[in-house]
Order: sequence, then structure tokens, then C-alpha cells
Amino acid sequence: MAKWKTPADCRYTKTDEWARMEGAEAVIGITDYAQDALSDIVYIEPPTVGARLKAGERFSTVESTKAAADLNMPLSGEIIAFNSALSDAPEKINADPFGEGWIIRVKPSDLTELEALMDAEAYAKYCEERG
Amino acid sequence: MTTQTAQAKALEPLIYELSSSGRKAETLMPKLDVPESAPLPAHLLRDSLELPEVSELDVVRHFVRLSQLNYAIDKGFYPLGSCTMKYNPKIGEDTARLPGFANLHPLQAPETAQGALALMYTLQQWLCEISGMKGCSLQPAAGAQGELAGILMIRAYHQERGDTRRTKILVPDSAHGTNPATSAMAGYTVVTLPSDARGGVDLDALRAAADETVAGMMITVPSTLGVFDENIQEIIKIVHNRGGLMYMDGANMNALLGVVKPGELGFDVMHFNLHKTFSTPHGGGGPGSGPVTVNEKLLPYLPGPIVAIVEEATDSEGAPRYGFVMPEKSIGRLKAFHGNFGMLVRAYTYIALHGAEGLKAISHHAVLNANYVRVRLADAYKVPYNRMCGHEVVIEGRFPDAPDIRALDISKRLMDYGFHPPTNYFPLIVHEALLIEPTESESKETLDRFIEAMHAIAREAREAPELLRSAPHTTPVSRVDEVYAARNLTLCCRLPSAE
Repeated sequence: MAKWKTPADCRYTKTDEWARMEGAEAVIGITDYAQDALSDIVYIEPPTVGARLKAGERFSTVESTKAAADLNMPLSGEIIAFNSALSDAPEKINADPFGEGWIIRVKPSDLTELEALMDAEAYAKYCEERG
Repeated sequence: MTTQTAQAKALEPLIYELSSSGRKAETLMPKLDVPESAPLPAHLLRDSLELPEVSELDVVRHFVRLSQLNYAIDKGFYPLGSCTMKYNPKIGEDTARLPGFANLHPLQAPETAQGALALMYTLQQWLCEISGMKGCSLQPAAGAQGELAGILMIRAYHQERGDTRRTKILVPDSAHGTNPATSAMAGYTVVTLPSDARGGVDLDALRAAADETVAGMMITVPSTLGVFDENIQEIIKIVHNRGGLMYMDGANMNALLGVVKPGELGFDVMHFNLHKTFSTPHGGGGPGSGPVTVNEKLLPYLPGPIVAIVEEATDSEGAPRYGFVMPEKSIGRLKAFHGNFGMLVRAYTYIALHGAEGLKAISHHAVLNANYVRVRLADAYKVPYNRMCGHEVVIEGRFPDAPDIRALDISKRLMDYGFHPPTNYFPLIVHEALLIEPTESESKETLDRFIEAMHAIAREAREAPELLRSAPHTTPVSRVDEVYAARNLTLCCRLPSAE
């Protein structure tokens, strides 16, 4: 079994965010690899709901006991929701990065951008390469 | 109360907890010999000052006991990478306490402080010589302030030329965290450059990023991976060809003294950390000292005032007259008065003590020690950039066959062996990084004891991982719950009442 989970219904960035389409909306979070590398997450900066950002732009920062890391938009679009439960319990990102640890919901402005992201197989390989 | 708080209280209570109403030391204040002024108006007076009431003996014992709980370079090996925790020779404390230096007032007339100014002038000259630069300012109070000074000078340089398109600073991903922070603080956009497989700057990425919007590049030499980038001259050429300037973060100068002059490589500006390379103490948080040196291009922009000869000596026996001058287009002051002067005295002492050959020997020994540690640890730990390193070496604090062990556990366990842990989780581009900087101060015997401890810990990681997970066991306070501490912040300082 692979060391890190990489669900097949997600697409992945080189900076270790995932995006999953749910209807017309994209749910976005950080990957199992990212939470493992960061270790215990202690804080997440609440992003600006309503902000329109381009793919690759920073939408938040997470802090762990080891480091702080910027979170970048996998897709261009408008942030329509933030998982505010994370403000009191950022550890949900460690426990369930693809489920309860989701971070934002986005209304994407250009769905073709999904194609540029890695699929689960490519991302799993990318994680293995980095060790 | 957590276990850790209980342990700490058992070791030594807070000074407030030692307080007993009415207890005091004899006052040694002289009799009032000036007219008494009118008392303060009643609304400005307080009944209680919330100060501990303790005897002199209480105070002495409290602070001696606290100091004995400290770990310090004077007590043991302190291989904290990128911090250059070298031994601080005690002669520096003697010279900084000479009454002529210690009793100076920063506002007294320069004519009455010529010795101090001569020291500052000479130190400026020495730092220029060591870095191969043309001018120096001793103003910056620490390394990060030196960086800010450097980037503000670069900005002033471009602005004076009407070159306002330059909005970016390039920073390799192996940089000190202060480099991107400095660039952002000076108003620039930070462009991060990836490292190549050997730990150097990825030249293709640099070529792609270096355009006419780049104001400059900040680079640490040797990098925080401990390696000297063999392409450094090519890197400088690429940035210069596009009109950008080159900033060298000199925090790692301990690898380069008398070996490499950044000015001769082509750097335009750099800072020194006197509190690292030149052994002024910084274990207790400073004060630091981060002088900047520059080449001709940036000479007019130096932060000031700097010390200059304002009148040459009239004959061969006489001394010149020194004074403070503001460089022509200075970016201005960075702090009140003249830098952290006591640190300048210690650094001057250190350089004078060693001389040119001695400084070169310092870097040779620092690099030799780091490579000795690298080679001897390589059979027990993964060394991701396992080639000749500078003054520090980065290893991975994890084992494929002991998956629950992380770098932090290794560091905590090292404390049981009597060593200060290395830098953890930096640089960020190495998994479970442990950055080890032995410095030139340590003997082979000390390095061998450290290496043996690291080997023992690697064995324990497989045979008795719980020993690491629950370490340290022999320190005054055991493992602190860092996650709990970071998630549950409690403000506990005593604020004066609003009355």
C-alpha cells in the first residue's frame, strides 16, 4: 500500500493541494502528503470568502509545529465558502485531509484548468519521487 | 496544571511566588542632595506596583538557580546550524567592559570619544577588507536589519536611475527565511527559485526569472544546505546582465573568512552577523549586530551615520580626527545612535586577536569539522547533499525502518546525551532536516562524542523507539507538548490595572 492517500476523484497541484468537483463547485484542500510533511497543524489563516483569485495565487497559510506553508489556488475562481470548523480544530486537516479537513469551496471560472492538474496516479508518483 | 508546569515550579518558582509582603533589601540610594520637586498629581499615583517583595539573598539565589538550568555554549556543545554558536572568548567581555568604552554616552561630543570612533573606523575598514567591498555601515542592529538596509539601498539605486519597472527580488528556496521577509518588507514581490539536484540554484529557472523587472537577488553563501554553489559567478553574471543587483546574506561567513571575498565574486552588497562569525554573544537573544558592506555602486546610499576621517593627522606621530558623516544619498538611520556599540568592541577584539591568518584558520577548521561530522554520520543517516560542505551539514532525521521516528525525536534524545540539539526542520526543502554546525571551536574528542551519540540514537530508533518518542528524560523539564502549546494560547503577563 502506498504511504499516502491519493483519492482518484481528486486532481492535484505540484504544491500539494487537491481539488474535487462537486456539481459546479470545486472543493479544495491539502493532500495527505502535505499534512504528513507538515506534521501537527496548529493554525490556518481564514481566507477571504468572496475573493476572486487566479490559479497559483495564495489563498491562505497553514502553520504547523515545524513550518508555515502557503496554500495556492489549484483553479481560478471565486472562494464561496471556508471550512470554519478548522479555526477551532485545525487538526482535522491532519486526521482527514480529503474529508472533514477540506479548506475552501470555489466557483471555478475556467474548468479547462482541471486538465492541467495531475491525476491521482501522476500525483502518487510525484510523492514517491520526493520521498 | 500540566506535568511540565509542575516540574518547572518544583525546580524554581517565579520570583512573584517568592514574594513576601514587606520584605526588602537595604537601599543603597544616596541621600537626596537636590531640591525635591512637587509630588506627582494624585491621579498619576498608584498604590501598588505589582513588584515582587524579596530580599537580596532571595534575588541572588533565584537567578543563580535559573542560570544553572540553562544550556549554554559555555556548558556544552551547541551545534545549532546557521546560528554559528561558536565559543565567545572571554577577552571580548574584558574589552567591552573597559571603562572608556562602557561608560561612553552616545550623545557626548565625538571629540571626546575619539578612541571609540577609531575602533569603529578600523572595524569598518576590516569588514571591507574581509568582504572585498568599498564601504561599510555598522548601523544595523542585527542580520535582518542589515538585509533590510541592503535591499533599501538596491531600491534607492534603481529609483535614482528612474528604473521603476523593477518590482521583484529573486530568492532561492534554500534561503534564510528572513530573505523573502526582507524583500516583502521593502515592497518587492518575492520570486522563489528552485534548487537543482546538487543543492545549487537551478540555472534554467534563474534565466527564465531574471528579466528587466528584477531589482536584485538575495542569496546565502554557502547556502543553508551547507554547500557552496559552484555556479555563483554565473548566477551573478545572469542577474547583472539584466540590470539587477546581487545581495549576499553573510550569515554563513564562517565558511569563507580569508578564503572568498564576496566583493571579488561580484556581489554588490552583503551583511555580516557579528554575533555569529565574530563571536559576539547571541545565545540569550543578542543584542545582535549586522553591519553592511557595499561596492562603489551603492556607496552613496549606505545607512548612516558612518565613521570617517574628518581631518588627516598633521604629522606622522599624530592621530587623525574621526567624526560621524552621513553618506551623500543615505537611506537614513536604522536605529538610534551608532549600532550596538558593545558588540562592535567584541568583534574588533576578535578580529584583532586572530589576525588575517587566524581568521582564515577559523574558516578552515569550521569547514573541516563540518565535513568530519558529515562523513562520519553518513553511514547512520541520510545526507541528502552528500558532497564537500561548508561550515554546516544537513542530514535527514528519519529512518525507513523506524517510521514513527521524526527529527524532533532525535533532537530530544540528544539532550539526554548532554548536547544541544541541532537546528530542526530547516532548511525547509529537506525532509525532517537536522542542520548541524559544529564550528571551529570544538575538539575532535567533542565531535567524536557527538557522533557516537548520534549513532547510538540511530540504533535506539530501531530497538527502543519509545526512548526517543518520550525523550528527553534527563533534563529539568521533560517533553513539552508543543502542539498543545501552539493551539491553546494563554496570555499570562501581568498587565497593570486600568485604574
